[in-house]
Amino acid sequence: MSEEMKDIILNYVIEEYLEDEDEEISYDTPLISGGIVDSFSMVSLKRFLENKYNISIPDDRATPEAFDSVTKITVLVDGFLK
Amino acid sequence: MTNIGSYEERLKNFSWSIAEKELGYSDAKTKNIGWYCSDRICDMGKAEKTALIWEGHDGTEKHYSFNDLRLASNTIGKFLKNLGLKNEDRVCLFMDKIPELYFSFLGVLKIGAIVQPLFSAFGDESLHVRLENAETSVIITQRKHVSKVRRILEKSPYLKHIVIVDYDGKHPLREREIAFNLEETVPVEEFEIFPTKAESPSVLHYTSGTTGQPKGVKHVHYSLISQYLTTQWVLDLCDDDIYWCTADPGWVTGTSYGIIGPWSMGITQCVLDKGFSAENWYQFIEKYNITVWYSAPTAIRSLMKAGEEIVKKSNLSSLRHLASVGEPLNAEAVIWSEKVYGLPFLDTYWQTETGSIMITNFPGMPIRPGSMGKSFPGIVGTVVDTKTYEPIDSPGKIGLIAFKPGWPAMMRSYWNNEETYQSKFKNGWYIPGDRARLDGDGYFWFVGRDDDIINTAGHLVSPFEVESALLEAEQVAESAVVSKPDEINMEVVKAFVTLKPGFEPTPDTELTIMNFIRKKLSPLAMPQEIEFVKTLPKTRSGKIMRRLLHAREWGEDIGDTSTLEGEE
Repeated sequence: MSEEMKDIILNYVIEEYLEDEDEEISYDTPLISGGIVDSFSMVSLKRFLENKYNISIPDDRATPEAFDSVTKITVLVDGFLK
Repeated sequence: MTNIGSYEERLKNFSWSIAEKELGYSDAKTKNIGWYCSDRICDMGKAEKTALIWEGHDGTEKHYSFNDLRLASNTIGKFLKNLGLKNEDRVCLFMDKIPELYFSFLGVLKIGAIVQPLFSAFGDESLHVRLENAETSVIITQRKHVSKVRRILEKSPYLKHIVIVDYDGKHPLREREIAFNLEETVPVEEFEIFPTKAESPSVLHYTSGTTGQPKGVKHVHYSLISQYLTTQWVLDLCDDDIYWCTADPGWVTGTSYGIIGPWSMGITQCVLDKGFSAENWYQFIEKYNITVWYSAPTAIRSLMKAGEEIVKKSNLSSLRHLASVGEPLNAEAVIWSEKVYGLPFLDTYWQTETGSIMITNFPGMPIRPGSMGKSFPGIVGTVVDTKTYEPIDSPGKIGLIAFKPGWPAMMRSYWNNEETYQSKFKNGWYIPGDRARLDGDGYFWFVGRDDDIINTAGHLVSPFEVESALLEAEQVAESAVVSKPDEINMEVVKAFVTLKPGFEPTPDTELTIMNFIRKKLSPLAMPQEIEFVKTLPKTRSGKIMRRLLHAREWGEDIGDTSTLEGEE
């Protein structure tokens, strides 16, 4: 699993979705269940990943569980790159 | 046996005085909802009964009794009063589903002020227009949302105080900001509740309009009568129930049935401040032995998508009654829930303006899956002709849903917008703006909205508001916004956009515009798809033909295009 990819996704989440400037998140912070990214915003996060990595993530794979942390998202994206 | 018993008998003998008598309304020294939901329950000998079980996203669990509720709302009330707030001032609640949100709701009402709950995911612009319209003087919020308030502060002259309930002292407070930590404040035992009357204003919820800015729907303290009785007869709550309303109090369901209805009955309710996942939700039901569950079709369809296997892993045997609100509940969802949970979700129909449930499938009544059910006793509901506004006699013919005005929870006005308020009444009927048909047995069947408003996951989004915001994106020259079908959310927002010279219709441009709207308005209003076009279809007079784009998305007949100027 690419560390670089994890950092890119983490930085994007911090920049785009984190409202509290003092809140610190890690690769494993719950994003969906933690209320940082809601189900509607998940669409824009999915679009970012598709654009960035030139992949297409089917809707049935873009589940709240699969998007619930940077680590899980990286596993998902990695699967489409192989 | 259900609380409502025989629907037919209730119809024959109905009077709103049933609720007034049970609540001791005419003799009450105060007709204040804040008092009814806390002090009165304590006076009835239930001070130590659990009022709220709250669980946060990190698993933190908190329990509060009705006496805790009374003290917390007193304490917040006193704090606000000391800020100089007086009755009928507007206080905005801009928080996630944290305990302070629920306590503040009652505290604001106790001082006679008007509570303005707003969805905490709203972006800067959505927040600003609602605060300005209401001339809100205080906003109660959390650290994580305060940056949005700071960004609109300069153009919000009415906003005198920004109260932060979880200030941690890491950074200095800025202009107009005040820290208020409930747990570090001495609880106020005795508090003089403002003597609101039945018709005193209570809650101001904002809802989207088709052609203008959002409208502030003004409710009064007398709404309690409808909310109490519908909670009892439709949600069928009893003293030993553990109730879960999944709605956010930023929307009307979260206040009418997530605060007022259950607490005025002295019911224990649970709140989960956590994002959706099927596993989380089932664990929550199992952990707290939830018996009555009030949710929304979008959530139900998401649970259907998660499948039956996950249900089998959980013990959901505590559940005894399920209801749904927000959008039409499709027949498949009713049948599925009966198969999987052993209980059908019963659809309820109402809206921000009605304040309480108007049409529903009652507990114990034969359900027709896909139907909205029948009118609540005391509600005169029908379907009227779209042109004459006369009731339609023939079963099956589509018209507009209509109600005779006068039920207790009905809105009293739109804030500073009397003209739009009056436009909702036709031929002596209140017209909510939805199309339906009635069958021969008096069951309503939903057909669709009668305007361009988009209902996405049970939340109304104005295409006008999104189009206006899109025009502020540096890339966008023109825009048209419509709904498109969605398997889970029923509808989602789709935008058609023409770009200014120098911008390319790339996936990155699409994402930039999506994020712009998400931050400016809200995630709900963010187009889930943007289609770049060279021109938008317009009439010869230059008006964008949104109707045509909508018809295309829904695979409908595009109708008369004789006035069409040109399209791609």
